[in-house]
Amino acid sequence: MLNLTILWPAILNGVTTGALYALIALGLTLIYGVLHIINFAHGALLMVGLYAVYFLFRFLGLDPYVSLLVVPPAMFVLGYALQRGIISRAAHGRDENILLVTLGLSIVIENLALMLFSSDTQTVDTAYGFATVDVLGAFIPVPKAVAFAGAVVSALALWLFMARTDLGRAIRAVAKERKGARLVGIDVEHVYAMSFGIGVGVLGIAACLLLPSYYVTPQVGHGFILIAFTIVVLGGMGSFVGALIGGIIIGVVEAIGGLMLGESLGQIGIFAIFILILLFRPQGLLGQRG
Amino acid sequence: MLEVSALRAGYGPVEILRGVSLDLAAGEIVALLGANGAGKTTFNGVLAGLLRARAGAVSFEGAALPAGDPKAALDAGIVLVPEGRHIFPNLTVRENLWLGGYRRGRANRGRNLERVLDTFPRLRERLGQRAGTMSGGEQQMVAIGRGLMAEPRLLILDEPSLGLSPLMVEEMFALIGRLNGQGLSILLVEQNVHLTLDIAHRGFVMENGRITAAGTAAALASDPELQRSYLGV
Repeated sequence: MLNLTILWPAILNGVTTGALYALIALGLTLIYGVLHIINFAHGALLMVGLYAVYFLFRFLGLDPYVSLLVVPPAMFVLGYALQRGIISRAAHGRDENILLVTLGLSIVIENLALMLFSSDTQTVDTAYGFATVDVLGAFIPVPKAVAFAGAVVSALALWLFMARTDLGRAIRAVAKERKGARLVGIDVEHVYAMSFGIGVGVLGIAACLLLPSYYVTPQVGHGFILIAFTIVVLGGMGSFVGALIGGIIIGVVEAIGGLMLGESLGQIGIFAIFILILLFRPQGLLGQRG
Repeated sequence: MLEVSALRAGYGPVEILRGVSLDLAAGEIVALLGANGAGKTTFNGVLAGLLRARAGAVSFEGAALPAGDPKAALDAGIVLVPEGRHIFPNLTVRENLWLGGYRRGRANRGRNLERVLDTFPRLRERLGQRAGTMSGGEQQMVAIGRGLMAEPRLLILDEPSLGLSPLMVEEMFALIGRLNGQGLSILLVEQNVHLTLDIAHRGFVMENGRITAAGTAAALASDPELQRSYLGV
């Protein structure tokens, strides 16, 4: 019953979806690694990005891929301003407060979206929306292939940025040693805000890549935040490579689960993995203990 | 070069420094001695801008130092190598040193890195190693190397020999002497009183947030009161 002709497309489908999940999780794991908090507003901010792409398409006729030039920088600025203007001010320097502030932010943002945009499902119609490409005998929608390539390139660029630039080094330094960072003249508040901005900016990239094959509603972020959180735990909190591998694993598990159990039960595998990881390897695949 | 007068500082309701005055001339090694909890680390924190003083003044090279601003202290050339090192454990040795020139000494980073590696040949062999996986002595070298990358005018060393093997302690003090020989002014905070007074020009003794004795290193070393309380003679 399970022959390769249906398994291969399912796996490919899972890998492409997983790469996007990984991209969303990268932002989450970056923010976690530096600020030591789970950004509960991550899903809501992805939704903001998706609406931005949608409205740029509807009112200005901007193709979602052209929006890559506009939405990610705008989301970066939004993230930077949120951290500097709201989150750090409201947190009074305590990590557990930041958690609650981001949770509150997500509720406010979602309800604003509900009020302004209604709960209708919105999509964009592009010429390539239903085109497919042949990958070794399996047909994948073009938007998914583009999303996969875009996610991989973005993740690589982010990794290079973290490894090779002074700001990337400063971000990693602040993540582990705030006092040492202050002593070499790193502006720690600025680094926090940059990390948050980059994490949210990456969501902007994900939004541009996602919308041609997906939809947007005010609640669209819920499904993604749960999956992204699972990926971050699976890969190891704060680990970049872990998030990438975890994203692909989760995507494939979801696709194969969907194939065998049906679309509605497909996500069961994800949460089974989540529970197993918490039970047997709580530090994640590539995380460090303690 | 450094002029501190009647400095008061603390945390919350607790006052740690209760009027500390200290001075240091260019080219000197000045020792700051005292038992644990005397306020030495708090004093360094104020100089490096990590902590805001409540009263008193710090003047460095003729200009008043802005309070509680680590970047201003660094820009003036005051570089603190803190107690406990506070290097970046997840970064490589090279990255740790490179970040030492993140703000000050940025223009000469490549040249300064070479000089630091000439000073610490052992670090040259370990450039790609994560700093957190090194021995205590090597981590201390990284911490001092990172400080030197910022082209210090005044280097503050807080307990550089703490936790090191006796052999490494000797090596550390020899190094401090060499750095001073190259013209670097050093404020040396130590509990190892013997070795410190051997290489220092002058010293101050701090007790309960106050300076209780001051003088040349030789005078301090022969002070009977000090010998009883600190030198264990």
